[in-house]
Amino acid sequence: MLFKTLTKKDFRSLVEIILQSNEVIGPKKSGTNKDGNPIHKFLPVAKFEEIDLGYQTTEFSPKTYFLPYKENLSTYRFENGEWEQDIRYRIQPRAIIGMHACDINALLKLDKVMARDKFPSPYYVSRRRNTFIVGIDHEPAEKCFCQSVGADTVTHGFDLFLTDLGDRYFVAINSDRGFNALAKVDAKLVTEKDSHDYLAVRAKIQNSFKTKVRIDNLPNLLDIEFESDMWKKWGNKCLSCGSCAMVCPTCYCYGVAEHVSMDFTKGQKVKQLHSCNLVDFAEVAGGHNFRPTRSSRLKYRYYHQHRGFVEAYDEPKCVGCNRCGTVCLAGINPPEVIADLQAEGHGP
Amino acid sequence: MNILLHRYDITQEDDFHALPDFNRKATLQHVDKVYKAEITNIIRLTEMEKLFHFRILDPKERDTFSFLPGQFVMLEVPGYGEVPISISGSPTNKGYVELCIRKAGVVTSMLHRAGRGARVGIRGPFGTHFPMGKMKGSDILLIAGGLGLAPLRAPIFHVTENRSDYRNVHIMYGTKDPSQLLFDYQYKQWERIDGVNLSVIVERADDTWKGPVGLITKLMDGMKIVGDETYAIVCGPPVMFKFVCNQLGKMGVPMHRMFVSLERRMHCGMGKCCRCNIGSTYTCVDGPVFDYWSVMNLKEAI
Ligand SMILES: Cc1cc2nc3c(=O)[nH]c(=O)nc-3n(C[C@H](O)[C@H](O)[C@H](O)COP(=O)(O)OP(=O)(O)OC[C@H]3O[C@@H](n4cnc5c(N)ncnc54)[C@H](O)[C@@H]3O)c2cc1C
Ligand code: SF4
Ligand code: SF4
Ligand code: FES
Repeated sequence: MLFKTLTKKDFRSLVEIILQSNEVIGPKKSGTNKDGNPIHKFLPVAKFEEIDLGYQTTEFSPKTYFLPYKENLSTYRFENGEWEQDIRYRIQPRAIIGMHACDINALLKLDKVMARDKFPSPYYVSRRRNTFIVGIDHEPAEKCFCQSVGADTVTHGFDLFLTDLGDRYFVAINSDRGFNALAKVDAKLVTEKDSHDYLAVRAKIQNSFKTKVRIDNLPNLLDIEFESDMWKKWGNKCLSCGSCAMVCPTCYCYGVAEHVSMDFTKGQKVKQLHSCNLVDFAEVAGGHNFRPTRSSRLKYRYYHQHRGFVEAYDEPKCVGCNRCGTVCLAGINPPEVIADLQAEGHGP
Repeated sequence: MNILLHRYDITQEDDFHALPDFNRKATLQHVDKVYKAEITNIIRLTEMEKLFHFRILDPKERDTFSFLPGQFVMLEVPGYGEVPISISGSPTNKGYVELCIRKAGVVTSMLHRAGRGARVGIRGPFGTHFPMGKMKGSDILLIAGGLGLAPLRAPIFHVTENRSDYRNVHIMYGTKDPSQLLFDYQYKQWERIDGVNLSVIVERADDTWKGPVGLITKLMDGMKIVGDETYAIVCGPPVMFKFVCNQLGKMGVPMHRMFVSLERRMHCGMGKCCRCNIGSTYTCVDGPVFDYWSVMNLKEAI
């Protein structure tokens, strides 16, 4: 990988140049929570000042720019009893500034499912390749456990990645378009002091994770404790609202529905993100539901994160952002659920 | 100074100029493009089920479409929805797709109201198939309960069209009562084929019924089977194939020589929507056809 450094002033110029002719998304303050702390959201920005790179976390992940909540898969035009199908992919480029390592790692996981496995999705691939990504290092939030799932550092999947060295950024360059963009501003070659400072900042970040979760034995444990009562305990709290999957940077499951326009000239096939905690997730014709209970559905979400995905791709699906734990009104969060499962594994 | 981010137009990729071919799973292509197909014929089977013959209209698309027994398609009624349906016809009947459809909800009812000439969309084929090649030279048991005869009809066609490849063939079929029997007009034909044995059973007889009465496993009582020289395909609801496979096991058929087809909720057919997931297995791409050993090893499979 190539590295350069960039003064903060030059970084600002870079973003402003990109802003001139492209859509830019960044972490934006969008209110305060009940404790008076700012809430951030990845939203379109018009000015550099609107981007708050010091944000801790966002309620929703930037996944929405790759897998939107609702997406039109195809449009049907009806005429004289005939129909024609029309398919469009989103091809407008845009830049996302300020993604954290965990969220970029989440994209790498989505890439495995959506861009590289059987039947690559042109909808996803088109959005992914048209997005210019500038990531940034940060000190972990209190409940974040991305280190435990190996998602705290990222080596590809972005164009540029920044580490804050106080007066300047240490920049990792991972694409030619990232390189070309940097060429428009006064990026400097890396000095020995830069490398030294960079490694010190990285070490500090790596040593500041407070929440730790053990996951190495989960694939096995999830099989062994499949019938465990701990699933009932957590499952009985679950409201089956599906919020956890909505905010999760790697949850991608969906449903497809079609609608006809009021004047019967058009039909639309629309994909909408779903959640395995929603009651109808596994219901089939004849009314049989393969996961009728809340606990079987909640268990399934963990099973997919830490067993199914590991089997398919040798790594967990979860990147440890704890967004699902924060959003859950029932207080269901991965560190506690997994700790319970680990305790169960050790017997009474 | 200006940076205009490069606009990547995916439709300019080479593969987007070719027709989508759903047997080429690794290729980036228009995965939501449907083949336009016309209902050429409708055969009423029972109150609830009809057999539809579809013809893919575009000759090139018709050539591209080829399937193996056990695979399914996603059938779309534009504006109403898309449903997974097993292919019920013969694999040699190229570009013509026979689907036996039960009226179960919005889309399937819409189809039941559609007439000859109506046009629908078809994507596929998807999923795994019965290993007809591996089964050559063995005795074959083809067992179905209820609507299970719909997917079983494809291997029945295959076995009867390639009769000399297989040894003795037993077709066994059971439903709740005689009014639910599917494809009754074909029984005479199957029975007359050399070395094919057909038996049909119902749980509740009516005045007209002259055949055996009971559960499908009753048809297997007293049957002589050489387990290692037999393959079985079992299609039907989970309770049914569980009983049948257990009995076949007792009669000596190894689990890896029994094949079943699983049903799950499906919204894509391509391993993306997760709706068909069983543990870490996708019914749409790793199935719907599984050997019974794999099914026994799937959590929440039956
Ligand atoms: C691999 C496979 C092969 C199948 N083969 C056949 C066949 O040969 N013949 C046949 O008649 N049926 C078959 N089915 C079942 C068929 O897909 C459902 O009956 C159909 O999806 C119901 O759609 P609907 O719009 O009419 O019902 P809806 O109005 O959408 O719903 C009615 C019921 O069907 C369930 N359902 C809705 N969508 C789906 C879906 N995508 N997958 C499964 N269940 C769903 C709902 O939970 C609801 O309980 C098969 C299913 C699978 C998975
Ligand atoms: S775990 Fe929490 S957020 Fe997820 S569905 Fe249950 S109640 Fe909702
Ligand atoms: S912590 Fe929760 S929201 Fe974050 S990646 Fe893991 S499962 Fe998804
Ligand atoms: S049907 Fe969508 S993943 Fe199997």
